[in-house]
Amino acid sequence: MSVGEFAKILANSNHFQVAEVSIATQLSVERFLHQQAEFLDEKQWDDWLALFSDDGRYWMPAAEDQSDGEGLPNIFWENLDLMRMRIARNNHPQAHSQAPENRLCHVVSNVIVENEDENGDIIVRSRFHCAEYLRYEVRNFTGKYRHYLKHTDSGYLIALQRADLVNREGPYDYVLQWWL
Amino acid sequence: MGWTDKTISALVEPNRAHRKAYVDPDLFELEMERIFERLWIYIGHESQVKSPGDYYLAQVGRQPMVMTRDHNGEIHVLYNRCPHRGTQLCSARKGNAGRRIRCSYHAWMFNLDGSLDRIPASEGYDGTDLKMDAPEFQVQKAPRADNYRGFWFASLAEEGPDLESHLGYAKTAFDQLIDRAPGGETEVVGECFHMIQQSNWKIFLENQLDASHPGATHESTGVAAMTVEREMRGVGNEPPVAYGFLSDFARLGIDGWGKFGTVGHPQGHCTLEGYMGLRPDDEDTNEYVRLMYEAYGEEQAEEILGVNLHHVLVYPCLSVQPPLQQLRAVRPLGPDRTLTEIWHFRLKDAPEAIYQRALGYYYLVNSPSTMVNADDLFNWWKVQHGLNSNASDWVSFHRNAGFDVVEDDVRKSTPGSMSEMPMRHMMQVWKNYMASNDGEK
Ligand code: FES
Ligand SMILES: [Fe+2]
Repeated sequence: MSVGEFAKILANSNHFQVAEVSIATQLSVERFLHQQAEFLDEKQWDDWLALFSDDGRYWMPAAEDQSDGEGLPNIFWENLDLMRMRIARNNHPQAHSQAPENRLCHVVSNVIVENEDENGDIIVRSRFHCAEYLRYEVRNFTGKYRHYLKHTDSGYLIALQRADLVNREGPYDYVLQWWL
Repeated sequence: MGWTDKTISALVEPNRAHRKAYVDPDLFELEMERIFERLWIYIGHESQVKSPGDYYLAQVGRQPMVMTRDHNGEIHVLYNRCPHRGTQLCSARKGNAGRRIRCSYHAWMFNLDGSLDRIPASEGYDGTDLKMDAPEFQVQKAPRADNYRGFWFASLAEEGPDLESHLGYAKTAFDQLIDRAPGGETEVVGECFHMIQQSNWKIFLENQLDASHPGATHESTGVAAMTVEREMRGVGNEPPVAYGFLSDFARLGIDGWGKFGTVGHPQGHCTLEGYMGLRPDDEDTNEYVRLMYEAYGEEQAEEILGVNLHHVLVYPCLSVQPPLQQLRAVRPLGPDRTLTEIWHFRLKDAPEAIYQRALGYYYLVNSPSTMVNADDLFNWWKVQHGLNSNASDWVSFHRNAGFDVVEDDVRKSTPGSMSEMPMRHMMQVWKNYMASNDGEK
C-alpha cells in the first residue's frame, strides 16, 4: 500500500473505535509509542529513523479535514529523504537557529488501539503533549497522534505517523524545526 | 519624541539608515498612518470569497477590515466594526454570512455591501435622530477599493494615485501569476500559513532582495540538501526539483548570487531578476510549455515564460514570487512584530506536476516547519535585538553604493553585484512617504 492509502485509511476509519486487543499487544504498542517520543526527546536520530518503514511518513496536516498529505499544504509531510535532510541541517555547525539547541519533552498518553488486522498491523490513536525549550522560553504543543503500524518479524514499523496539532490553523510565531 | 519632517529625513542617508526607523514605537504609528493607511494595501484574491455571502478578514495598517461578496456577486472591503456600539462584525477568519451579516451583540442586520438592513425592535428609535439610511449607521467602507485582475487592494486615503498607477511595473507580478496558467486563471489554494516574525516589517522586505545573505544564512540547509541529493542519485533516484531550491544555497555559495540583478521602482517596488526561470528540460516542464503554446501560441507563450522575475516586492505590503506561484502579505503588528500571510496559487490547466513543484517550495521555504526561513526568522529576531542597542545608530547599506545605474525613474543595481541598492532605494522612498507631511494636519 502507498502512503496515500494509509493516509486515507486513517482519515476515513472510525476515530472512536476501540479494538479488543490482548494486554500484550496493548503494552507493546504503548511501549513503541513511548519509545518513539523518547528518541525524539533524546535526539537519537538513527534510532528514530529506524522506527519507520522504507516508505514511511511523518505527517502534520495543516487542516482538520485533510485525508491526504500529497498535493496539499502541510505543516510536515516528510519521507526518509526529507527526514535525513532535516537531521543533517539541524546538526550542521552553521544551523544558527539551532544554536543553542532546543530541548523537547514529550508525554504520550490515552493510547487506544483502534484496529488490529490479521497481519497484526495496528491503527492506534493517542494524545501527546510536548514542551520545547528554546532561547530561554518554553513553548507548549499538544495534539493527537494516529499511527499506522506495520507488524514485522522484528517488531512494529511506522507506515504513517499523523500528528494533528490543536492549533494547526493558528498563527505560528516559531518554527517547528524538529518533529513533535 | 515628536517627529517632524526634518527629524525623520535625518534618519535616512544615501548609504545608511538610523536604527530608530526600525525600533521607535512613535515612528511605527506614523508609518501606519502615512504608509499603510494611505497607500494601496493588499486585501486578498477574489477566489477567497467565491460565493455570495462569503467573507474574509484582512488588516490594513491598524484597521481590521473584511472583504465580502454580496448577493449580486460584487466584492466590497469594509471596516469590520458595527456602527451601533463598535462590536467586531465577522470574527472567524473566513466564512459565509448568509443573506446578511448579523451583529452578535444586538442583532442589527447588514447587507454584504455594508448597508444597514434592519434593526430589531426599531420603534425604540422612533422620534430619535438615528436615521437608518444615514452614513454613520452603515458599516463603513474602505475609502477606496479596487482590484487588478482579481487581486484586491484597499486604500484608506480618499485621494491619491489609482491602483494601476501605484502598481506601475509591479503589475507584472500579477500578470505573471495569471498568464503563466494555460487556462488564463489562477486560484488560491486552501488556507494560508500565518507566520509571525519577531522583527520590523522593513527587515523582511529588505531581506527578500538581499542577494548577499542566502549563501551565508542558509549554508546548513544547502549542504544538507546537497548531501541528500547525492545519496538519492547514488541509488538511482532523481531528487524532486524543489530540493534543488535548497541545495542552490550551497552550490552558489556566499558570493555566487551577483548574477541576479535588482531593480528599484519609484513607488518603492523592487524586483529580483534572473534567478529560477524554472524551465528545466524535463518531461513535466516540456508538457507545460506545450500546453502554454496551445493556449497562447508560441510567440506569446514565449513572451510570458520569458519574463524571468524571481521576486517582486510590492511596496509596502507584498512579496510575490510568480514562477513559484506564491505571495506573502505583510501585516505589521508593532515595531518588532510582523504577521505574514503566505499564500500559494494553482494555475488553471497547468499539469499537476507544475503545481507540485510550487508546493514543494511553499513547504520547504514557508511552512511552519521550514528548513529555510527558520534561519531567516532567527536572523531578523537578532537584528531587532541588535538595533535596540546604542553601540551605533546606523545600519549600513554600503555594498556597491554609488554605482547604481539610474535610467528614467528606475534604479538598477550595478551588474554582477550583490548590491544593497534595494535597501537604499526602499529607505529613500520611505523617507518620501514619511517626511512630506508637516502642515498637513
Ligand atoms: S453593537 Fe452591533 S448591534 Fe449593537
Ligand atoms: Fe533567506
